[in-house]
Amino acid sequence: MSAVSPIIERGTAASRVAGTGVAAIIVLLAIAPQFLSAGAVDRMTALFIYVILAAMWNALAGFGGLVSVGQQVFFGLGAYFAIRLANAGLNPFISLFVSAVIVGMVSWPISLFMLRLKNGEFAIGMWVIAALTHLLVNLDRLIQGETGTSLISLNVYDASTRRVTVYWLALAAMTALLAILFGLLRGSTGAAIRAIRDNEDAAASVGVRVTGTKRLLFVLAAFGIGVAGALWLATAITFQPKTYFSVQWTAYMVFMVLVGGIGTFEGAILGALLFFLIETWFGSTGVWYLVGLGATALVFSLLLPRGLWGTLEERLGWRLLSVGYRVKPPVNAMDTTGEITSLGQTTTSREKA
Amino acid sequence: MTTSPNGAILSATGIHKRFGALVVLDDIDFAMKADQAVGIVGPNGAGKTTLLSVLSGAYPPSAGTIAFKGGDVTSLPATQRCRLGLVRTHQVPKPFGGMTAFENVFVAASHGAGLGRDEAYEEALGSLKLCGMLGVANRRAETLGLLDRKRLELARALAAKPTLLLLDEIGGGLTDGEAGELVETIRELRHRRIGIVWIEHIVHILLQVAERLICMDAGKIIADGDPQAVMADPQVIGAYLGGGPK
Repeated sequence: MSAVSPIIERGTAASRVAGTGVAAIIVLLAIAPQFLSAGAVDRMTALFIYVILAAMWNALAGFGGLVSVGQQVFFGLGAYFAIRLANAGLNPFISLFVSAVIVGMVSWPISLFMLRLKNGEFAIGMWVIAALTHLLVNLDRLIQGETGTSLISLNVYDASTRRVTVYWLALAAMTALLAILFGLLRGSTGAAIRAIRDNEDAAASVGVRVTGTKRLLFVLAAFGIGVAGALWLATAITFQPKTYFSVQWTAYMVFMVLVGGIGTFEGAILGALLFFLIETWFGSTGVWYLVGLGATALVFSLLLPRGLWGTLEERLGWRLLSVGYRVKPPVNAMDTTGEITSLGQTTTSREKA
Repeated sequence: MTTSPNGAILSATGIHKRFGALVVLDDIDFAMKADQAVGIVGPNGAGKTTLLSVLSGAYPPSAGTIAFKGGDVTSLPATQRCRLGLVRTHQVPKPFGGMTAFENVFVAASHGAGLGRDEAYEEALGSLKLCGMLGVANRRAETLGLLDRKRLELARALAAKPTLLLLDEIGGGLTDGEAGELVETIRELRHRRIGIVWIEHIVHILLQVAERLICMDAGKIIADGDPQAVMADPQVIGAYLGGGPK
C-alpha cells in the first residue's frame, strides 16, 4: 500500500528557482548601497519597511482571519519604546530591536482580551486600543504631547553611516521576519492558523488549539510591526505621536495586501512593491495620489478580489513561495496518468486489479 | 440502560441544556461501551444535535457531568476532548473552505491525532482514501459539492484518530448507492474498533450498523435498547406520528 501511496509535494521546480532567486536578490540588495544614491537608499529602506508591514498584516488577516484596523498601535509603540530606551542611554540601533521585543511583550496582555472579540468587533476594538495608546503616549513628558521629540542619540553618527546602517538593518529585519513567517505558515501551525481562519469551531473540533495559536500569530505580527515602527523612526529621526499612531499605516497595510493578494505569501510582497512604485511615481501629486490609491483599491476589490497574485495563482497555477500542500499520484502511476484528477480512479482500479 | 457506567468509555449523567427559557436537553443519562455502535433517532427538535455538541464539548451543559475514558471531561473544551479521542462531525459540514481537501484532513491528523509530519501525511491520505476523496484531494473545500463536503467532514474527523466518533446526519441526501458506500465505510471503522454514536434520519441505513438504538423526543430519551425493539416501541411510533406518548 505504502509503495503506491500518493506523494505530498510542498514546492515545485518553479518554487525552488524562486527560492534561489530570492536569495540572490537579497545578496544584491545587501551590496546595493555602494551603487545607489543617498535618496535611493532611503527609498529602498522604506520599501523594506512596507514589505514587513504588508507581510505581517497579511499573516494576521489573510492567513489567520484576524482583520485589524488598529495595527498602527504596534507601529507607534515600536517607535515610542525606541525613543524611551535611547533616552535611557541604550545604543540607538540596539534600542530599535529591544523596543520591538517590548512591543511583542506588551501585545501579549492585549491579546488576552482582544482575542475574545470576533470579526468586526476585533477590527474596531484594535483601533480603539490604538487611539487609547496614542493618548497615553502623549501624556509622556519626554514626548511633550503632539510636539514630539527626536531620536537625538542617532545624531552622533554621520548621515551616510546612519543611512546605510539603517538600510542594512531594515534589509536584515525584513529577511529574517519573512523567513520566520514563511517557516511558521508552512509548518503544521500554519495549517492550524488557516483552519482557524476558515472555521474556528471546526478547528477546535479537530484538535486545534484555537486561542493559543491566534495569540502566537498576534504577538508575532505585533513584534514585526514594532520592528517596522522602530526602523521608520530611525529613518525619520523625529517622533510625533500622531504620525506614528495614525490609522493611515493600517490603511497602507490593507491596500498592499488587498492589491497584492490576500492570503498568499507572495501577494503581500508584490503589494508592497506596487504600493512603493505608486508612491514613488505619484506621491508628489498630493491629493490626487490619495484619490488614485483609493480608486486602485476599489478597482481591485471589484474586479480582482483575490488580488494580483491570487489571480495569477488561480488562473496560471503559479506557486513560488507556497505554503500549501499538493497531493501527487505515486511515481509508478505518473507514467500512465500524471493527472491528479484521475488519481481516485487510478487507485480504485489498482485495488480491483 | 443496557450499559452500566462502570466499564463505559463515555457516560453522561443528568445532562440538562437550556438556551434561555428553552429546555433542549432534559435530564439525559447515557453511557456506552468502547466499541459499541449506537444509533440516535428522533423527530426534528428532539435535541439530538445538542446532545452531540454537549458530548463533544462544543458547548457546556447547563447541568450534569460527562466522563470519557474514566476521567471527568465536563469542563474540557472540544480541542482537548478531540485529542483524547472523542471526535465529532457536523450536521451542516464545516469545511476549512480556503484549504484543499487534503489540507483539511492534514490539520486533524497533525493536531487532533498529534502526529508528526510523515505520519500525519499517511493518516490524512488514508482517511481521504477510505472516504473516497483522494480524487479531489487538491480541490479547495469551498469548491466541493454537498456530498463531498459531507465525506470530507467524515474524513477529517477520522484523521484525528478517534476512539469514539460522533456522527451527525452524514447520510442525509444520499442516493441508495452512496448510502451503501457509507455503510461500508462505517463497517470498516467498526473493524478498527472505533466506537460510534450516529444520529441519522434515514433509519434503514442506521439499522445496518447500529447494535443499539436510542430514540429522543423533546429533550428526553424515550427508548433505548435493541434497534428492532426500539422501532416497534409505541412511544417511538407516537413521537414520529405525532400521537404523543401514551
